[in-house]
Amino acid sequence: MSTPPLVEVEGLARRFDVSRPWLARLLLREPRRFLHAVAGVDFVIPRGTTMALVGESGCGKSTVARLLVGLLAPSAGRIRFDGTELDLARDRRAFAPVRRRLQMIFQDPYASLNPRWRVADIVAEPLDAFGLVRDRAERRERVAELLRQVGLSPTDGAKYPHEFSGGQRQRISIARALAGRPEFLVADEPTSALDVSVQAQILNLVKDLQERLGLTYLLISHNLAVVSLMADQVGVMYLGRIVELAPAGELFARPRHPYTRLLLDTVPDLEMRRRERTPVAGEVPSPIDPPPGCAFHPRCPWANARCRAERPRPLPVGAARVACHAVEEGRLPDREGQGPRVPH
Amino acid sequence: MALLEVEDLVVEFPTRRGPLVAVDGVSFTIEPGEVLGMVGESGAGKSLTGMAIIGLLEPPGRIARGCVRLEGRRIDDLPPEAMRRIRGRKIGAIFQDPLTSLNPLYTIGRQLQETIRTHLDLDARAARERAIGLLREVGIPAPERRIEAYPHELSGGMRQRVVIALALAAEPALVVADEPTTALDVSIQAQIVQLLKRLCREHRTAVLLVTHDMGVIAETADRVAVLYAGRLVELGPVEAVIRRPRHPYTQGLMGAIPRIGVRGGRLVQIEGAMPRLDAIPPGCAFHPRCPRAFERCRHARPEPSAVGPGHTAACWRRLEEADA
Repeated sequence: MSTPPLVEVEGLARRFDVSRPWLARLLLREPRRFLHAVAGVDFVIPRGTTMALVGESGCGKSTVARLLVGLLAPSAGRIRFDGTELDLARDRRAFAPVRRRLQMIFQDPYASLNPRWRVADIVAEPLDAFGLVRDRAERRERVAELLRQVGLSPTDGAKYPHEFSGGQRQRISIARALAGRPEFLVADEPTSALDVSVQAQILNLVKDLQERLGLTYLLISHNLAVVSLMADQVGVMYLGRIVELAPAGELFARPRHPYTRLLLDTVPDLEMRRRERTPVAGEVPSPIDPPPGCAFHPRCPWANARCRAERPRPLPVGAARVACHAVEEGRLPDREGQGPRVPH
Repeated sequence: MALLEVEDLVVEFPTRRGPLVAVDGVSFTIEPGEVLGMVGESGAGKSLTGMAIIGLLEPPGRIARGCVRLEGRRIDDLPPEAMRRIRGRKIGAIFQDPLTSLNPLYTIGRQLQETIRTHLDLDARAARERAIGLLREVGIPAPERRIEAYPHELSGGMRQRVVIALALAAEPALVVADEPTTALDVSIQAQIVQLLKRLCREHRTAVLLVTHDMGVIAETADRVAVLYAGRLVELGPVEAVIRRPRHPYTQGLMGAIPRIGVRGGRLVQIEGAMPRLDAIPPGCAFHPRCPRAFERCRHARPEPSAVGPGHTAACWRRLEEADA
C-alpha cells in the first residue's frame, strides 16, 4: 500500500478586500471589491517529492505558499497535512502541533534575517520557540550541526548576517528552517535574488537535503528552468488558478495549456537555435477585475466565444489536468516541448 | 573603424584604505550595428563599465586609467556639458527600472518631445509627430492617446517600451542597455528583447547589452564579453563562447545554468564566491575557485590572448595548451 500524501489541498481560495473605506463606498454607492488572489486550487504532494508552482507576478503562487504555512488564513477550501485538517480561520491553536513540521524559506536573504542577531541565535530561534533543546550545550551542538548541514562552519554562528554574502545568507535561512526537523518546506523563489553560480550551489544543497532528510517541498518560482530541474510535479498558475497541473517530465515534453506553451516560449534558448520568437502580445490583466470566462482568453490565439463566456474546469488529459476549452475540444494543435526529449 | 573603442579602462573608488578597483583594465570594441553582450555576476563591474562609457559614474567612482573613444573621438575626458550632448544624441541609455528613468511629473509625450527637440532640429509639431511615431514603433497601442499618459498610468512593460523610445529618439549610433529586462515578468521580457533586437537591426544601432542573464545574451548578442572581479576573462563570438567556453569561469557559469529538459542531475558548482573588491587575490582573480589552477595562476595575472577566431580568454591553462 502506498503511503498517504503529506499535503492535500482542495478548493483553496483566498480573497483580499480592496474596497474603499466605508464612507467613500456609501457616498459613491460603490459595492465592496475583492481581489481573488487564489481560487479553486487543488493539488496533492506525495511525501519526499517536490511540487512547483510557476507563473508571473500576481498569479497567486506566493499566496498559496503563505496559505500552506499558515501565514494567511484561507477564505475557502481545505488544507490537509499528514491527514490532519489545518483550519487556521477557525482555530489558530489547532495549527500549533503541526507548525514545527512545516517551515518556509523566503526569497530575500537580506530581509529575512534579523541584522542585530548573531547567526547562532537566528538558527536556534525555532529550537527555543518549540522547546526542542534542554540546555545551552545541546543548543550549541544542534546549531553547529545545522550550520554544517548547509555547508557553513560552526564558527560562523558567532558572526552577524551582514558578514555574509547573499548565498551564505540563504544557507543560514535554510539552517533555520531545518532547526525544528520539519518534514515539509515551502520555498518562495529561494534563488531569485542570487547570481547563477550561487543559485547552483543553493539548488544543489536543497536537492541534497531532500535526499538526506526525506523532505517534501513546495517550490514557488517564475523560472521554468529551475522548476524543470527541481520538480516532480508542476502547477502552472494564471490569475489565481492552476491552469495546468502535470508531472514535470510530461509538462515540459508536452505542454498543453496555451499559457504553459507561452511561458515555455519565453525561456531564452541557450542552445542557440536562434528561433525568431513570436512572443504572445498583451500582459497579465488586473486580478481585481479579471476577464470573464477563461481569464487567459484575451491573450490566447485559440480563444473563441465559449472561452469568453464560460470558465473552463480542470479536466484530466493524459497524466495532466488542464483547464482549457480548446484542449478539451481538441482544437489545439499538438506541440512538442523544448529541450531533449524524455526517453521512452 | 570601430564605433566604440574602450581601452584599458580602470574604474576605481578611492577609500581611506586606498583605492578599490572595480573595473580593472577592460578593453573591447563595438562595431556599428553590433550587439555586444556584457555578462557577469553582481559586482563583476559590468554596469560600471556601461556607466563609465556614458559618463554617468557616480562619484566618488572615477575613471583612473584608460580611454573611451566614440567614432574615433575621445569622450571619457569631456566636460560634463559636452558629454550631456553626446548622451541622447550619440549614445542612448536604457536602465533596469523604467520608473527611475521616467519623470513621474511629466506626460510621456512631453518627455519624448523634449528629448527630440534637444537633439534634433524639429518644431513642436514635427516633434509631436515623431514622438507618436516612436511610440507606435515600440508597440504602444493607440499612441495618439497614450502620448498624454503619465508614467504611473502604464504597466512596467509599457514603461520600458517608452524608455526604449526615449533612448532611440535621436537616432543614436550606440545604445547602452543595462539589465533592460530584469525587472519585468518573463513573458514581457521576451517581448522587450524581441523589440530591442528588431529596432536595433532596423536602425543599425549598436548595443552594449549589460545583463546577468546568459539566455538574453544567447538570443540577442553577436559577441559576448564575460567579466569576473572587474576583469575581462573571455570575449568572443556568442556561439563560440556559449557552445565552447574556454575560460574555466565561463565554463563553470554555463554549467551552473539550469536548462529545461535536463532533469534530475546536479548543476555544475563553482565553489566559493566572487571576491570582494578589497580582497581580490593576486595573479588570476579566479584562481582560488578554479579547478585547474596551478602555481603560475597564483602570482601572475593572465592577459587576454587568442584562443580562436576573434575569441580571447585570459587564462594561463589556455596559453599552455596553445603552446603545446
